[in-house]
Amino acid sequence: MKKTLLSAAVGAAILGAASAASAGTLQDVKAKGFVTCGVSQGIPGFSNPDDKGEWSGIDVDYCRGIAAAVFGDAKKAKFVALSSKDRFPALQSGEVDVLTRNTTWTISRDTSLGFNFRTVNYYDGQGFIVKKSLNVKSALELSGAAVCVQQGTTTELNLADYFKANNLQYNPVVFEKEADATSAYDAGRCDVYTTDQSGLYAIRLKMKAPDENVVLPEVISKEPLGPAVRQGDDQWFDVVSWVHYAMVNAEELGITSKNVDEMKAKGGPDIKRMLGSEEGTKIGTDLGLTNDWAYNIVKLVGNYGEVFERTVGPNTPLKIQRGLNALWNKGGLQYAPPIR
Amino acid sequence: MAGNALSSEKSGTKSVSSLIYDPQARGIFYQILTVAIIGLLVWIFTNNTIHNLQKANIASGFDFLKGRAGFDIGQSLIAYTSDATYGRALLVGFLNTLQVAILGIITASIIGFAIGIARLSSNWLIAKIAQVYVEIFRNIPPLLVIFFWYKGVISILPQARSSIALPFGSYLNNRGFFFPKFIWGDNAWLLLAALAVAISASVFIVRWARARQMATGQQFRSGWTSFALIIALPLLTFFVLGSPLTFEFPVAGKFNLTGGSVLGPEFISLYLALSFYTAAFIAEIVRGGIRAVSKGQTEAANALGLRPSVTTRLIIVPQALRIIIPPLTSQYLNLTKNSSLAVAVGFSDLVGVGNTVLNQSGQAIEIVAIWLTVYLSLSLTTALVMNWFNAKMALVER
Repeated sequence: MKKTLLSAAVGAAILGAASAASAGTLQDVKAKGFVTCGVSQGIPGFSNPDDKGEWSGIDVDYCRGIAAAVFGDAKKAKFVALSSKDRFPALQSGEVDVLTRNTTWTISRDTSLGFNFRTVNYYDGQGFIVKKSLNVKSALELSGAAVCVQQGTTTELNLADYFKANNLQYNPVVFEKEADATSAYDAGRCDVYTTDQSGLYAIRLKMKAPDENVVLPEVISKEPLGPAVRQGDDQWFDVVSWVHYAMVNAEELGITSKNVDEMKAKGGPDIKRMLGSEEGTKIGTDLGLTNDWAYNIVKLVGNYGEVFERTVGPNTPLKIQRGLNALWNKGGLQYAPPIR
Repeated sequence: MAGNALSSEKSGTKSVSSLIYDPQARGIFYQILTVAIIGLLVWIFTNNTIHNLQKANIASGFDFLKGRAGFDIGQSLIAYTSDATYGRALLVGFLNTLQVAILGIITASIIGFAIGIARLSSNWLIAKIAQVYVEIFRNIPPLLVIFFWYKGVISILPQARSSIALPFGSYLNNRGFFFPKFIWGDNAWLLLAALAVAISASVFIVRWARARQMATGQQFRSGWTSFALIIALPLLTFFVLGSPLTFEFPVAGKFNLTGGSVLGPEFISLYLALSFYTAAFIAEIVRGGIRAVSKGQTEAANALGLRPSVTTRLIIVPQALRIIIPPLTSQYLNLTKNSSLAVAVGFSDLVGVGNTVLNQSGQAIEIVAIWLTVYLSLSLTTALVMNWFNAKMALVER
């Protein structure tokens, strides 16, 4: 999932890119009439096109939330499918306004690549998937296993560290492309495939017999996935960040896409303040948007919980529990600063 | 630039227009222009790269090779752990490339010669089978041949728990070919010594037999004698010493067979694909080489009463080799270069390991430079050896 700084660095070096971010991405977006988001080439639950070319997924809904906040219309979002190699140059060069593409927030991406990260719309971590028939219950039982892994990723390094730290033997089988690695696992070349856990759930869906594979409980790395924007454009950075915070706050306050109109009229002061129905509020305009920006997000896209349930939650084919992505007051890590 | 061309002309008194029509002056002018443009391009690219590297804060140089690699490699001919350096990781990749290239060249030559001769067979079926083989493998891109073998190996062979047992304690499954590992005992070096003695004795016998035939016309079966010597002497030593070698046999483990030595399916598929693919071209070269030997040579040999096998061995093949060797060299080079397609099936060759190092260290330009240098040196070495062989086989005029 996360090729190290190579791609961007090489891209920048060869193309001589590293173009300066234009002064106001928000103004540019408003002027062209839609927001352009970089997404994956197809990861179920995160950003995946259906047979009609309609995108869906948690990252896609983040982008629609931005469109709802800026234009009051969630459909004013365009998606550019990017490989893990192309994603950073695409953001650096201004081809996309924001990268909502399950990208791990790391210090080198935050600094040397010239991006800004702030919100995490999915807390992920590297995990293992194995065949059920092996009767393996924990990654610590994997000594001697053959492990398929994608080349040049942080995954490859985490894997080596984990097995070394636990004094386990393994035989790595390294592929350049994820599709090759997963099909080799599916064909029985490896006992184990490893990548981000969310990716494991998504890949399991594509296997010959999804139910015969099980994701092990161990998470061996931190992979906070969130949107990235170019450095040097604080206003746009704020807009992108607060879209996520509005969704999380809405869930915390119990505002859903179904009851948002009722809440706007009859809710408590904190709800009215967030939805822009408070007298003389300036929160939305200070952000460079209209005062009903948060209302539009919740009305047109939903709160964070709704998006999660719809895209990756237990009732979707991916069947992912909230876990780390539950709200902070429910034992998870999703925490948003107050809107006031 | 035009001034340079003009001043380099001796005939300064000539008018400019006559210089324009002077082919020699024009030639010099265009050559200087070409060199200048190439120089300018090189300068622009170098300068631009350095500028961009500095801008992106990327350190250049080869110091990163001493850094800790941090990743593991599946198949390695030398000791390697994730604590080793990037440099050692690249060395592992290089040796893997070398291994598959050398084994591939040997196998491709054997198959290629066999198929090439089979194409000339008077037996209709054999000739046609050889032709079909050549046409199939020659007309499919090597990458697809590799995929074909890889998918074939991992999907047709059984899973690890139902391995096919082969003689001598080896096994075959979709994790590779498992065979017993030699464990060298105390006196095991004597085996190698015996082999060396046998080989030198064979060389001596062959020379002596040739000299005797030249002098007296008597023949000696030096081929069979050498063969027997090379097999028997080490075998004899083995038993006299009371088997100094022990074997570690692969046994069923939790996930797979453990112990022994293993050739992974990545290596096997790449090796088979390269061998079979290149063999198709070699077969055509061999067929062409044999065809190019004039028919009169065969007829003359027949007229002298030589048997067909002797005719082939002593008359046809030595003459055909002179034609075969130069194009054969380029096939060997192709095989070595095609081995970089290993990356498609996950074999840890130089390119595969280099990709990982490149991604982890960010030293793109250095890695690419290493790749280029290594493949260039491999190719030049192969060409050098083959040129030497060619010169040795060439017609010696007396």
